[in-house]
Amino acid sequence: MQCEMCKEREATVHLTQVVGSEVKKVNLCEGCAAKSGLDIKGTISITDLLMGLSGGGKAPAGGGKPPREEAPEAERTCPRCHMRRADFRKTSRLGCADCYAAFAPELAPMLHNMHRAHQHTGKIPARESQSIQASAELAALQKALEKAIAEEQFEEAARLRDRIAALRGKEPA
Amino acid sequence: MIFADLLQQPCAWLAPGADTGIVVSSRIRLARNLKGAAFPGWAGEEECERVWQHLRPVLLGLKTLTPAFAFGMAELEEFERMILFERHLISGEMAQRGRGSGLVATQDETISVMVNEEDHLRLQSLTPGLTLQAIWQRMNTLDDEIEARVRYAFSPRLGYLTACPTNVGTGLRASVMLHLPGLALMNELNPVAKGLTKIGLAVRGLWGEGTEAAGNMFQISNQITLGDREENIVRTIEQIVLELVNHEKNARVRLLEKREIVLRDHVGRALGILSHAHLLSSKEALDLLSGLRLGIDLGILRGVDRPAVDRLLLLSQPAHLQQREGKLLKPRDRDRVRADLIRTQLAEARGQA
Ligand SMILES: [Zn+2]
Ligand SMILES: [Zn+2]
Repeated sequence: MQCEMCKEREATVHLTQVVGSEVKKVNLCEGCAAKSGLDIKGTISITDLLMGLSGGGKAPAGGGKPPREEAPEAERTCPRCHMRRADFRKTSRLGCADCYAAFAPELAPMLHNMHRAHQHTGKIPARESQSIQASAELAALQKALEKAIAEEQFEEAARLRDRIAALRGKEPA
Repeated sequence: MIFADLLQQPCAWLAPGADTGIVVSSRIRLARNLKGAAFPGWAGEEECERVWQHLRPVLLGLKTLTPAFAFGMAELEEFERMILFERHLISGEMAQRGRGSGLVATQDETISVMVNEEDHLRLQSLTPGLTLQAIWQRMNTLDDEIEARVRYAFSPRLGYLTACPTNVGTGLRASVMLHLPGLALMNELNPVAKGLTKIGLAVRGLWGEGTEAAGNMFQISNQITLGDREENIVRTIEQIVLELVNHEKNARVRLLEKREIVLRDHVGRALGILSHAHLLSSKEALDLLSGLRLGIDLGILRGVDRPAVDRLLLLSQPAHLQQREGKLLKPRDRDRVRADLIRTQLAEARGQA
């Protein structure tokens, strides 16, 4: 795809913008996108809107405060696949499963806007359901163990400890 | 199965048999990814190729997919990929892909699995009529079979993890294709579309954009994938579709009562142009074929049956046209070949009746 501005270089930046009530797609090359950084002021990308980053228009309540510094946030990187926050903003696609944890702060409001929910309630893979059950059971046993120790019920504590050890042994690597 | 065999059969979503008057077809799609591998859009070609070479034999060995066929995207010519796209076996995005991506599908084309499109796995089933519950069951089984052999990327909180956050959770997109010329002619589509959007459903034209869809073919699908159970999503869409079918029937009755002449004119013109035109663009052909479909459903048009019209909906698509001609065609030539095809096939269909 050709850059819409210089009509020379390959367009690698694909923006969806909201201008007034109009939604439009803009395809630019790296260079023109950087140059037009000022020109597209007053327009907001949908990703920005969803991520609550626009800042344009509604100022956060209790104004006055200086805007939070964005730079370190922008450098947030997924430790497994090395996708940067900026890459995600550009493509709206994540790099790997671990990105969900790495970008959790910006994903949470985005997911809420899209789905109005935070918790999966549908199908669970069979092998996961075993380990999810096991971890719930483990947490309950841990709690009981702490309680038994606090109450100095050492026989009960030893029994719980053995059951925890047995469950841990079964957990998939 | 070799590629040429595909073209000898009607494609799955237009197969005759079901009552496909207003509800044309139902589709279930599940997005899944493998644990520990980068998503296809971010992984390199080599990693994608490894995933495809790993999954291809796994998929070909599954009971639900037997008998199956498989194509690596790099093994196919561009127009062959376009044919797979026009038959709804792969997406438009997939048709642009090469090495590292592939398709495994059942020979009857009712189930297809795309490997390394936006996600590692996109399981899809597409059948004529309102069949969401049944095909959800089949996809659920296929998903179980795959999951017994690979480890999925899954989080207890967010469900199945997908490349795009819009699919996370169930990874389920359930959609129904509807032919709604009555609502379109009564100018009642926009309020319907708005209402559906409010309850979290999307309405898209099958061909073209928004409610300006060519051929009056619309696809209704769920937008929300997180926080609702699969069975609920499927049931909700089926209920809404049944309501829409009633709306459409209603609109058709009102059309017949209040604007019968307009309706007969619409259908008659469609038949006239399709029977005599020598140049037809894709959009014009789709719109006019929609008119014939409506005429057949209402008993205004006799002597042509719906399967014949549906066959033309598929055959008049660009890649299928070019396949038929055995060569690439310029748009202008396509319009001529399309008109020739429709003219002769309609004459044959009416001759037989
Ligand atoms: Zn440029
Ligand atoms: Zn990542």
